[in-house]
Amino acid sequence: MKLHEYQSKQIFAKYRVPIPKGRIASTPEEARQIAEELDGRVVIKSQVLVGGRGKAGGIRLAKTPAEAEELARAILAMEIKGLPVRKVLVDQAVNIVKEIYLGITNDRAARRPVFMASAAGGVEIEEVARETPEKILKIHIDPLLGLRDYQSRDLAVGMDLPRELWRPFQAIAQGLWQAYTDYDATLAEINPLVITSDGGLMALDGKMLVDDNAGFRHPELDELRDLDIEAEAEIEARKNGLSYIKLDGQIGCMVNGAGLAMATMDIIKFSGGEPANFLDIGGGAGAEKVAAAFRIILSDPNVRAVLINIFGGITRCDEVARGILSAMEQVETSVPMVVRLVGTNAEEGRRILADANMGTAETLVEAAQKAVAAARGG
Amino acid sequence: MSILIDKNTRILVQGVTGNEGLFHTGQMVDYANNVVAGVTPGKGGEWVLGGKVPVFDSVKTAVEMTAANCSVIFVPARFAPDAMYEAADAGIPLIICITEGVAVQDMMRVRAYLDQKNVRLIGPNCPGLLTPGEAKVGIIPGNIAIPGTVGVVSRSGTLTYEVLYALKARGLGASTCVGIGGDPINGTNFIDVLEMFEGDPHTDQVVLIGEIGGTDEEKAADYIAAHMTKPVVAFIAGQTAPPGKRMGHAGAIIEGGAGTAEEKVAALQQAGVRIAQHPEQIADILAG
Repeated sequence: MKLHEYQSKQIFAKYRVPIPKGRIASTPEEARQIAEELDGRVVIKSQVLVGGRGKAGGIRLAKTPAEAEELARAILAMEIKGLPVRKVLVDQAVNIVKEIYLGITNDRAARRPVFMASAAGGVEIEEVARETPEKILKIHIDPLLGLRDYQSRDLAVGMDLPRELWRPFQAIAQGLWQAYTDYDATLAEINPLVITSDGGLMALDGKMLVDDNAGFRHPELDELRDLDIEAEAEIEARKNGLSYIKLDGQIGCMVNGAGLAMATMDIIKFSGGEPANFLDIGGGAGAEKVAAAFRIILSDPNVRAVLINIFGGITRCDEVARGILSAMEQVETSVPMVVRLVGTNAEEGRRILADANMGTAETLVEAAQKAVAAARGG
Repeated sequence: MSILIDKNTRILVQGVTGNEGLFHTGQMVDYANNVVAGVTPGKGGEWVLGGKVPVFDSVKTAVEMTAANCSVIFVPARFAPDAMYEAADAGIPLIICITEGVAVQDMMRVRAYLDQKNVRLIGPNCPGLLTPGEAKVGIIPGNIAIPGTVGVVSRSGTLTYEVLYALKARGLGASTCVGIGGDPINGTNFIDVLEMFEGDPHTDQVVLIGEIGGTDEEKAADYIAAHMTKPVVAFIAGQTAPPGKRMGHAGAIIEGGAGTAEEKVAALQQAGVRIAQHPEQIADILAG
């Protein structure tokens, strides 16, 4: 799950990371009021979950409260990379001497978190990573020990920070690490962390991704979820405990197991078709879940045929068959279907579907070929 | 013959009285009758499956009473890390975690701790192990595979079943099937298992089933090129997967352009591995 800039910065602030004074606004009038309170220049920042907000014109500097209102009105009317701007952050403007990059993420290959820092921070950090990766310092953290002080000092020294900033930098690094672990983040990033003209350090931007699997430790975060970035069908699927991703093809797929679901998509392509979706009904899905999956697949108007491929283990093929029948009673459809049931209670499942006028198949290849032919109207 | 588990394996089930735990314990007992204990805190002293399996309050007691040497975990994700620590501290040398959805930071800590203790972990988010005719630890259906000389290692669950089923249809059997799981941080990777198969005198050929995400398949390719003498056939799922979308498994995601099926296929082909276009073709290649 992605958090917005303002949400991330508020979390960082709880760990004593200095952030600019500011508040969130949903209307131009609110933005003006905040600017009046802050008394001086402010930055109006669109809160959308995509990169490149600045380049798209979604981050602007306002010198007066009236200008803040005007800019907020313009930004709140924007759409950035397809996402509507619903809120803006109004932050006190800061005089920047230098921009630093700071981030923690999981290094999958090393099986531990990696702390990254660069004196070449700012909007071009991705280019820095590509062109001059040696300018990004990396320190791996022992997950059982946590971030040690000498490690954050090494980063400060490595970036040639002035000595008087070592301690404040270490406090920020430790705060970011604590936020990262306490919130089960998979990414916690400050870019830029700036040296201000009065010689302090401040986090001007923040970004956090948190692990959906750790949701039980952070029920409060669920309210922060931004549904704009998910397709409606994907939200519906998540509510039903299904894993669904919409694609651009014509053949809807319902499969149990993620690996088999991907392999089924692949074999559709191999057989000359294009999959309309990835859908994993998971292990042990009952009739109700199957019915929900069916509705979600058919809500995609591009779907010309549906391929149901179930390898019963925990999942029982007769339950799946009942789910399909009950869904067909709810959803009127003329889309042709090909069903392949193998494994636990497969025979009973086939018997249940015998009168349902569906194509059947023995092997995966046969199932895919039949679905492709059906989608072409053959 | 086999790797990791055989007829002498003494299985302990953590979460034995839960829905899934109980069902699969029954399946394991029916398959090879080598489940010696179950653990559910608060239910010690009870028996399950009509008196076939005794339940203990802790792994430590269960190990003392039954000499269990392999634990399989069915507890919910939030309790799974503690279950793994408990098994390791009780001296269990082989832990199989079936549980799906364990938080990634938890797994980094668990893995670091288990490495210090020299404990072998398989999973989490995996179907477990099957040595046909000898032992079944986990949820792989026993009737879809027959004993043989093909070693199977996979990141996936039902896709693995599909492959075992296709092998069986061709009269091909497996030495051992190892499901290493689909999470980004797991206990055992492809190289660990390839090394075991290379050293197992009863494995003649190896099937590797990978998927998009991470670089484990690429590393396996390097290992195969340098160390494997036995032939390897591979299938990589997710050729049609779009980047940036997590395909069910927490680890199955193409991030920053890395982890694509094309790269993995190319690396494996470079290492002399034969690539199947779809799961059923694996059996054709092995038989041919």
